[in-house]
This record gives sequence, structure tokens and C-alpha cells, in this order.
Amino acid sequence: MSKTKVIVGLGSCGLAAGAAKTYDALDKIKTADNLDFELAKTSCIGMCFREPLVEIKDESGSYIYGEVTPDRADEIIEKHIKQFSPIHDYVVQSDVFEARDNAFYEGQVKIALRNCGYMDPENIEEYETRDGYKAIKKIIDNKMSPEDVIQEVLDSGIRGRGGGGFPTGLKWRFAKNSEASQKYVICNADEGDPGAFMDRSILEGDPHSVLEGMLICGYAIEANAAYIYCRAEYPLAIKRLNIAIKQATEKGYLGKNIFGANGFDFEIFIKEGAGAFVCGEETALIASIEGERGMPRRRPPFPAEKGLWKSPTNINNVETFANVPWIIYQGASSYNRYGTEKSKGTKVFALTGTINNGGLVEVPMGMTIKDVIFKLGGGIKDDKKFKAVQLGGPSGGCIPEHLSETIVDFDSVNATGAIMGSGGMVVMDESTCVVDIARFFLDFTQKESCGKCTFCRIGTKRMLEILTRITEGEGKDGDIEALEDLSHQIKDSSLCGLGQTAPNPVLTTIKYFKDEYEAHIRDKKCPALTCKKLLSYKVIEDKCTGCTVCAKACPVDAISGERKELHHIDMSICTSCGLCFTKCNFDAIEVY
Amino acid sequence: MEIKTNDILQKYPVGKSENLIPILQDIQDVEGYLSEASVVEVGRHLQMPTGKIYGVATFYNQFRFKPLGKYHIQVCRGTACHVLGSATVLEEIEKELAVKSGNTTRDGMFSVEVVACIGACGLAPVVAINGNFHAKLTADKIKELIDNYRNQE
Repeated sequence: MSKTKVIVGLGSCGLAAGAAKTYDALDKIKTADNLDFELAKTSCIGMCFREPLVEIKDESGSYIYGEVTPDRADEIIEKHIKQFSPIHDYVVQSDVFEARDNAFYEGQVKIALRNCGYMDPENIEEYETRDGYKAIKKIIDNKMSPEDVIQEVLDSGIRGRGGGGFPTGLKWRFAKNSEASQKYVICNADEGDPGAFMDRSILEGDPHSVLEGMLICGYAIEANAAYIYCRAEYPLAIKRLNIAIKQATEKGYLGKNIFGANGFDFEIFIKEGAGAFVCGEETALIASIEGERGMPRRRPPFPAEKGLWKSPTNINNVETFANVPWIIYQGASSYNRYGTEKSKGTKVFALTGTINNGGLVEVPMGMTIKDVIFKLGGGIKDDKKFKAVQLGGPSGGCIPEHLSETIVDFDSVNATGAIMGSGGMVVMDESTCVVDIARFFLDFTQKESCGKCTFCRIGTKRMLEILTRITEGEGKDGDIEALEDLSHQIKDSSLCGLGQTAPNPVLTTIKYFKDEYEAHIRDKKCPALTCKKLLSYKVIEDKCTGCTVCAKACPVDAISGERKELHHIDMSICTSCGLCFTKCNFDAIEVY
Repeated sequence: MEIKTNDILQKYPVGKSENLIPILQDIQDVEGYLSEASVVEVGRHLQMPTGKIYGVATFYNQFRFKPLGKYHIQVCRGTACHVLGSATVLEEIEKELAVKSGNTTRDGMFSVEVVACIGACGLAPVVAINGNFHAKLTADKIKELIDNYRNQE
């Protein structure tokens, strides 16, 4: 009989929700009552909406408990471990019975996330028992040549998961074909897209698979040094990467003459980013590693010819590297079984926004966006109406509800005007104003523009000014046309991806929600009731008790009325600050 | 203060400009910000004009040139947080502490900073105070949150 295992999810999300306290509580009970179970750690299990998560694995199967506070942990140990009776009400996912969130896992195919939540990321042996470092071993044992490896990656059909969707095998071949004594592999872990945390979860939950992927790439392109460029905002990921590199070096997976193969040396260094979104662009990233301002460089020459310190360099994203060992070990044909004709395999998405089950999912390419949101994501919070979904972050676009049958693959998503991006999927309901969202993204890209190209630097600023004016009720006729005109100029005249894609959120929202822009500009109304300055307030007669709270709260004395009598808001004085609405205890203020 | 900077610089070879960013990160880790004196020291060590160092340092959001308050409040303004109301959370924090983001309260207790995305989108809106996360915040929870820190004094 195998020992019962109690596993606590200690990724950033779990820790933020208090998982460390839960772990301590479990440890205390185990010691105090001298209980015979194994207490283990893992990282992100994926169900962020139910953190902290604790999985109990016993002879009967697996039970994942959600929202496990220290108190609840006591109760679960008492019933499940001591009395062998699982508390079904607290179980969110199980392979034993139909738990409430089982649907979250149905339809998912875990390749990049194959180890996330299933092992202790700080323990290399656990990775090894899960076929870890067997892909690189297979390459050496079967005497696969670098070209064989590249062909296998090419056959798998995998395309870059960082957003561009360029065939990974092809990228490797370019770097391989560049003759040089020194070449580099770089892992782009500068996940700056707000609303995305796929790469963070992989780095925290399964750092070794990324290292192994980089090692395989190094073998294929004949490089012997590599860098991981990771955001400084991800301290836990950096810590676990450092641990993983140390363990892999001790075990001989990194270092000199790996697996006894003469001359196969490989070293990996970590470079911490310093908070610049543009450094996700590969030439800017290279500049940053070199110690410069992270500004993009002109291509060609592409990094595959002249990259880091002018040596041929291959850059891939975290998720791409995490897929590689699986592809090599299981074979290209196992991978390209999944997906559509032109987009093979799976894609990890970070589901966030006004969705019930926000978290990390990995689905085969070809699933509809609707299924991702409603089947896995459990639909929209508070039963509100689904309005749109933002794919690809500040570089992507809004896909409206009527296009939700769009399937996730590079080309279908591009056809809507959005981009697949790195996998952030921010769901918006009827209370989200798309003009405000467009303004939000422009505010972001305008701040993050490195300033090298005039159109990106000044154009985004002008666009932001127009959008801000519109959301504040100062929109004028011709604004929409001006936005479109500026968008096209910025797209045409920017050197890098940041500028070329920055106008996408504006263009897609204008394309699909023009009426909302017009409502803001012509009627000075925000249909989603989000843009504060466009809101009007009135007192609901039969709810007002005349308590005077609103009148006292009003900073401009726009509310009049005697105690215990109906109050009145004078909209000619009102500044639409909304204080009366938040202060009223009787829901007697209506926004319209 | 310069002694600490010197200790850090000893770890890096003289004149190797590629180490500039890691050096600045180390200094900020220890001292909380980049003082003018430190930047001059770094320039001497790397044989680099201070203007160039400021050019690099000001490019990146991470670097600060003013000391931090005792409690460093990072307000996440990522997309998920935005959709769930982080703008009003930030507004409330600024109101409660009477400082704008990017600044420190006069008593040196609280610094408010806006960050692009902490990556804890499942818990939006999120605020991190000295690295401790506070999840699913709303404007009306802010006063209590800040009072908790004030009361620790």
C-alpha cells in the first residue's frame, strides 16, 4: 500500500492566497498527532480561483481541496486522513467522483504543463521520475545529429509560443546554419504582457523542463552558453531556476562533456530584467543583456546571424522550450496529432477577468474560444452577459461575443484582428467599457514605448490623448477617423513589434464596437457605465429615506433635501464623482 | 553608504559594462534606491560616464532615485486587475495616504508604486505590500488594510 500524500500548491498565486500558512498548519497537525502521511510541495495546480489548493492522494484516487484555510486544513485532516471520509463539499476536483469543478480539466491536454502541479519543482529527482532529462538522453543514446533534432522539431509543427508563431524548427535551422565559434541560446522569460502568467507558472512549477528544452536547443544549434532573461517581478521563478540550474549541474546535465559526449558543453545563466515591456522584443532583449538601454535594433541582420555580442543567437519563449523535451521524447507525431492543420499541439492560456474559473489551462489548438470560456472557465461572473475577450494583451485585440466560435489557432485569431499572443485571455462582461480598455492599453504601450521610432513615441501619445478625451466626455466628430489614421501610420512606421501592434486594441474595438465610441462622442454616454465623467446620478424616490448621508458626502453640495425627506441631485452642479452612490446605505442612488 | 556600494562592486570585474544592470540591481537591493554617490562609484568602476549610467537606469522601470518608505505598496495595474476595478483601489490608496503614486508619504512610512502586472491575475485586484500579497481588494477594504500597517507601529 502506498503512503497517502498531501500536496500543497505553493506557486505565487497560492502563496498570495495564504498557502504557506496552510502548509504550516498541515505540518503542525502531522507532527502533533504523529500522522502517517507524506506532506509534499508543488507549484501552480492551475485553479487560481480556488487557491489555496491541497491535493490528497490516497489508495482510492486524487482529491483536490479548494480554498483550504488553516482551519479548513484541520477539518480535512480530521475527516479525510483520520476517518477516511473525504469531505465532498470542499473537493473541487477529483478522479473518484464528480466534483464541482471537474469540468475545468475536461478537454485540457497537458504537454507544456505536464509537470506543473504534479511534482516538487525544487526536487530534480521528481522531474527525473517523470521522464525528465530523458529527451536529451535519447538524443545522445540514439546518436541523433543536430540536424535530426531540428527535423524532429520541424516535423512536430510547433510554432513559437511567445506570440509571433514562427516555426520553431525553422528558427533553429537558421541559427544552426550560421557559422561561428560562439553561439547562444536565450530563453525569453520577460513576460510583460499584463494579464498573462503562463510563463511564470511554468518557471515556478517545472523549471527543469525549460532547462532541458534549452539544452536540446543548444545541442541542435551547436551553442554552449545560454541565458534566461527573466522579469525581476518574478522572484519565486528566479529562485527556483537557480535551484534547478544548481541541481542539473551537480547531476551532470549541465556543464562540460554532458553524458560523456565529448565537447558537448552547456552552461545557463540567469539575467534579471529590470522592468521594460519592450525587452520582450528579441533585439531589445539582447541589448538589455549586453547592459544597454533595451531598445530594439534593426533587422536584418536577424539574431540567428548576429545576435548577442554579434554571435548567432536563437531566442525562444518559455512555453516553447517547455514543449521541446516532450516532443523529442514522445516523437513529433505524438505532438502533431493535436491541433489544426497549420497550428499544431496545444496552447496554454491564462484565463482572467470577469470569469468564474480564472486560472491556467492548456488546450489543444482548434478549441473554440467559447468552449475555453464557458466549458473550462465556467462562464461569466455574477451571471453577467459575455461581451468580449482580449487576446494577446496590449499587442492583441478584442474579440467580440459574436465571434466567440473562433477557434484558437494562429491564423484564425489573426483573422479577427487580434493576435494569439503569449496566451493572456482577459474576459470582459457587459460592465466593461471597451473604449476605456483601449485607453488602458494605449496608456500602457505609450509608457512602454522605448522612444526610438517617432511614430510609436509620439503617435501613441496622441492616440492616448484622444482616447482620454473621449472617455471624459470631450470627444469630437472626427476622433474615430483620427485614431484610425494614426493607427495605420504607427503600424507602418515602427521598427519593432511593440509599435507595429500597439494600435491593435484600438482598431479592433473600433471595428467591433463602433457604436460605443459613438455613444461616448455624440451622446456623452458610457453604455457600460464605467467612464466616471459620463455618468449621471439620480435619487430613486421610493428608496430614499432622507438620511442625509449623500448630501453630507457630496463635495460640491449638489444634493439638497431636508432630513427624512426625499433628496434631489442637481446635475448642473454634480461632478459625477460617484461618492453619493458609494455612500448610500439604501441603494437609493441610480447611475445612468 | 559608499562602503556598501564598494563591497558590491568588488564582485564585478573592472571596466566590464555588460554588468551594469546587475550591479545597479544589487545596489538597489541593499540601499533601496540609487543614490548619486553610488552612481558615481559605479561609473568609476566600470569606466563609464555617469550620464550613460543614468541613461540606462532611467530607461528601466525598476530603478528608483529616491529612498523608499518603510512600507512599499505596489498596486498592480495589469489588465485583469483593471477589469476588476484596480483604478478605484489605487485612487483610494492615494486618497487615504494623501500621496500620488511614485511618491512616499512625508513621514516616510508608505511608498506607493504602480506596477504593470505582478502575475497573480487569478486574485485580481492585487496589491503587494513589502512583498505580501493582498488579494481581491475593493476600495472599501483599503482603509482597514492601511490601518493594519499603521497599527503595527
